[in-house]
Amino acid sequence: MRIACPFCGERENGEFTYLGDAKPKRPAMVAIDGGAGAPGEAEAFYDYVYLRDNFAGEMSEYWYHGGGCRSWLVIERNTLTHDIKSVRAAPGAGAAKAGAK
Amino acid sequence: MKYSIFSLARAALSGHKNWPRTWRDAQPKSHYDVVIIGGGGHGLATAYFLAHKYGIRNVAVLEKGWIGSGNAGRNTTIVRSNYMLPGNTGFYELSMKLWERMEQDLNYNTMMSQRGIVNLYHSDAQRDAYARRGNVMRINGIDAELLDQAQVRKMMPFLNFDNARFPIQGGLLQRRAGTARHDAVVWGYAHAGDRLGVDIIQNCEVTGFTRDQNGKVTGVETSRGAIGAGKVGMAVAGNSSRVAAMAGMRLPIESHVLQAFVSEAIKPLIPGVLTFGAGHFYVSQSDKGGLVFGGDIDGYNSYAQRGNMPVMEDVCEGGMALMPMIGRVRLLRQWGGIMDMSMDGTPIIDRTPIDGLYLNAGWCYGGFKATPGSGLVFAHLIATDTPHEEAKRFRLDRFQRGAMIDEKGVGAQPNLH
Repeated sequence: MRIACPFCGERENGEFTYLGDAKPKRPAMVAIDGGAGAPGEAEAFYDYVYLRDNFAGEMSEYWYHGGGCRSWLVIERNTLTHDIKSVRAAPGAGAAKAGAK
Repeated sequence: MKYSIFSLARAALSGHKNWPRTWRDAQPKSHYDVVIIGGGGHGLATAYFLAHKYGIRNVAVLEKGWIGSGNAGRNTTIVRSNYMLPGNTGFYELSMKLWERMEQDLNYNTMMSQRGIVNLYHSDAQRDAYARRGNVMRINGIDAELLDQAQVRKMMPFLNFDNARFPIQGGLLQRRAGTARHDAVVWGYAHAGDRLGVDIIQNCEVTGFTRDQNGKVTGVETSRGAIGAGKVGMAVAGNSSRVAAMAGMRLPIESHVLQAFVSEAIKPLIPGVLTFGAGHFYVSQSDKGGLVFGGDIDGYNSYAQRGNMPVMEDVCEGGMALMPMIGRVRLLRQWGGIMDMSMDGTPIIDRTPIDGLYLNAGWCYGGFKATPGSGLVFAHLIATDTPHEEAKRFRLDRFQRGAMIDEKGVGAQPNLH
């Protein structure tokens, strides 16, 4: 599996670190941020932290090019075949942080 | 048939041409008391214990390919019970005790070989951690010995004791650990289960669940037609999320690829199982003489049953650091298996929120050694609807309750790299 980094060109996948599914978004946690907390908040966080679609087929994922340009990338990859459909820069600096899409 | 010295002699007299089938090629019936999805070691062991210990003999094991074609045929055959955390210690020792009598229980030669495992330590802190682990094991009645460098040198003089970065100071030895023949374990459970009336149905892929108006699971849809069931157990590690999705469930599991390797056959070298304490590398020598070794998962979601070069390099570097002469041996084969990586590195054996559906999943790196124990406790759960005493912590809701069992902090996302 080789990944074509939009900044560095095609590199072997050992240069990259995997974060995982790019779809889940961090839910608001009002209770932790000092608020009273909304109903279902803990369940939403449990879902975000622990549960996975673990999809068999094409999924979009965060990868980090630590051995190159140190950019966060969003890669569409097939988990059944390892075929990579697209690689693009994750939007915004530190795109893996809360709320980014 | 029952295997014995007499059956062997009889078969020998007729040139070994008249051995009967080891197990029947069963056709699916319309209804079973219990249907187990997954004809690997765990599924077959579950069916065996349901029939043997819990008196439930109207049982079918459904396998989408042929039995043992998944992770039961893709592991490194290591058996051990050197676990430290409550929940794990007792369970793996239960499994270990079942390994020790498996051949008699199943009337099948599973080539169980208790040659011992040595986990090497490379620093004072690691020695202390291993001493603690060994103490926990001994308090729980499990054998463990802390070896110093001289004792390890006597057992395995070929190791690179003076590695500049990771000198070998000693090791933690469990003598009762060892290896077993993976195919024979699968066939042994198939043989023993079949004799008790279990139907083993191959080339039968589950494509969905049938539910009644209350949501209770009443059976499965398969590539060979609908099969009704009083209860359905899932033992499909690697594909647990895919099967659970058919019932509308999401699991705390990611599927990852784990590679393993076999070298060309060489003369007897490694006495038992050996693990590197400063990297992820473990090795044993098969009865045929090949060095069987492995290391980390590749680290990205995969259902592809094959891995990539960076992890091969990483594993081989671990081997070179430990025993530099391994570099003279050629690699013969390499393969990948799909692991259910649970979020805390520990399995899940529990009822699901769906009535009539039971889950056995999340085995991470270590499903093979658990085969008999997993079968026993899963059969107990299905038969009695209560968790077995030694599996009561392997609950599906433990992440929600904060009751994780993070023996090594190695789940899907260890974030150690």
